Amino acid sequence: MAGKHDIVEKNLGLMVILVVVAISFGSLVEIVPLFFQKETTQPVDGLKPYTAMQLEGRDIYIREGCAGCHSQMIRPLRAEVERYGHYSVAGESVYDYPFLWGSKRTGPDLARVGGRYSDDWHRAHLINPRDLVPQSIMPAYPFLADNQLDGKLTARKMETLRTLGVPYTDEDIAGARDAVKGQTELDALVAYLQGLGTVISSKR
Amino acid sequence: MSNFWHWWIVLLTTACLVLVTWVLFSTRKAQRKEMTEETTGHAYDGIEEYDNPLPHWWFIMFVATLVFTVGYLILYPGMGKWQGVLGWTQVNELEQDQLKHDRKYAPEFARYAATPIDELIKNPRALKMGERVFINNCALCHGMDAGGNFGFPNLTDGDWLYGGTPDAIKASIAHGRQGQMPAWGAVIGDTGVKQVASYTRELSGIATGASEANLDAGKTIFSTTCAVCHNADGTGNLALGAPNLTNNIWLYGSSQVQVEYTIRQGRNGVMPPWNDILGEEKVHLVTAYVYSLTHMAE
Repeated sequence: MAGKHDIVEKNLGLMVILVVVAISFGSLVEIVPLFFQKETTQPVDGLKPYTAMQLEGRDIYIREGCAGCHSQMIRPLRAEVERYGHYSVAGESVYDYPFLWGSKRTGPDLARVGGRYSDDWHRAHLINPRDLVPQSIMPAYPFLADNQLDGKLTARKMETLRTLGVPYTDEDIAGARDAVKGQTELDALVAYLQGLGTVISSKR
Repeated sequence: MSNFWHWWIVLLTTACLVLVTWVLFSTRKAQRKEMTEETTGHAYDGIEEYDNPLPHWWFIMFVATLVFTVGYLILYPGMGKWQGVLGWTQVNELEQDQLKHDRKYAPEFARYAATPIDELIKNPRALKMGERVFINNCALCHGMDAGGNFGFPNLTDGDWLYGGTPDAIKASIAHGRQGQMPAWGAVIGDTGVKQVASYTRELSGIATGASEANLDAGKTIFSTTCAVCHNADGTGNLALGAPNLTNNIWLYGSSQVQVEYTIRQGRNGVMPPWNDILGEEKVHLVTAYVYSLTHMAE
C-alpha cells in the first residue's frame, strides 16, 4: 500500500488534530457567525426580562421537564402560523438562558400560549388536565399548588442573568425575594406561561 | 451581516469543499486500479484488510454530492450574503403558501363574514368551519361539546352571562369578558355568607333545610348587597355579566360549600379576547357556530 494515509493512521496525535479540523468546519460556518449577528443577539422591540415570578415559573417549567413534550418554536410554515400565531424569531429568546425551544411536540407548542387562556384555566388544567380536556395525556401537577416559593435564590438568579446581559435593574433584584415569597409554584408557572410570546402580536 | 462574517463563511466553506475534493482525488490516485487479493499488510487480532481501490459507485456518489453542493450554494442562500439565484427565503415561502391558501379560501371567508349570523347558521359548511375553529381554540375551556366545565360556561343550555344574541356572543368572543364577583366574606361576615348562600340556593328551588329566620336574614343581605348586580329578584343582569340565580344553572357548583366559597372569595372568571388571535372573519364563523348550538335552524 502506497497511501500516505499510513502516516495519519499510525500517528494518533496527528489523526486527532485532523479529525478536529475536519469536523470544525460545520460549527465554524453554521454556528459561530450567529453569535455576532444582530438578528440573534438583539431583543425584539418591547421584549422585557422575566419578572421574578416568571423567572421562578420558568425554572419550574424546566424542573418538571415541560420542554420534553412542549416546544416553544413556531416554525414559518402556514399550518403552524395558522394554529399558533406569528412564527418565532430569534430576538424573542435573547433573555432566555437556556432557551427552551425544544424539539418534541407530544403536546402543543407553547411559544405564544400567553393570554390565550385565563389564569384560572391554567391552574385547573395544571392541577388535573383531564378535568378540562378529557382526552389529555398530560400528567397532573397538583403538588405545584401546595409548594410555596421562599425566594431565597431569586435575586441571585437575576444577578447571574445580569452578568449574561439581561437588563435587570437594581430595584428588580432588590424586590425579587418579596415578589415571590409565599407564592405557590403554580402561580409562578402560570405567570411564566401567560407571558410567553406576547411581545409579537399573535395575529398572522 | 458584516463583510468579515461574509468572507469568513465564504472562505471556510470553499476551503472545506476544496479540501474534501483534494483528499478524495489524491488518495484515489495513490490507489491501485484493479481488484486484488493482496492485503494492506497489517493484521490486528487476525483481522486483515484487502488493499482494494474505492468502490466505483461510492466514488461517483461522493462526486455527485460535491456537484450538488456547488449547485445548491448557487441557487440558494448559504454563502454569507449571497441571496441565491432563486431568491428563496423561509418567510417568502411562508407568504407564498399563505397567499395560495388565501386565494382559495379568502372569498369564502369574506362571504361568510358579510352574512348575518342568523342567516349563516343555515349554512352547514360555514357551521362546520366554525366548529373546527371552536374545537381548535375554544374546546379547551368550554369542552368539545361546548357543554362547559367547572368555571367555564356551558354554551348549549340557553343561559347566558352576557347575553345570547349574535352581537353579544360576538362581543364576548372578540373582546373577551372579565367576571366581577367581588369577595364578600369580610363585608357580610361568615354568618351572612351562610345565610345568603342558603337564600340564593332556595331561589333556584334547592331545598336547603335552612331555618326561616336564616333565609329571611339572607334575603335582607341579598337585597342590600347582591341585588345591585343580580337584580332584586335574583334574575341577574346581562350588562354586568351577573348570572341569573333563579334557574339552577351554576357555573361554580350548587352545593352549599361551593356557593359559600363563591360569595366569600368572589369569582373572576376570564374570557380572553380572540380578535387578535383568530381575526374577525373566524370570530364571525365561530360566533355562528356557538349561536347555532341554541338556535339550530330546523
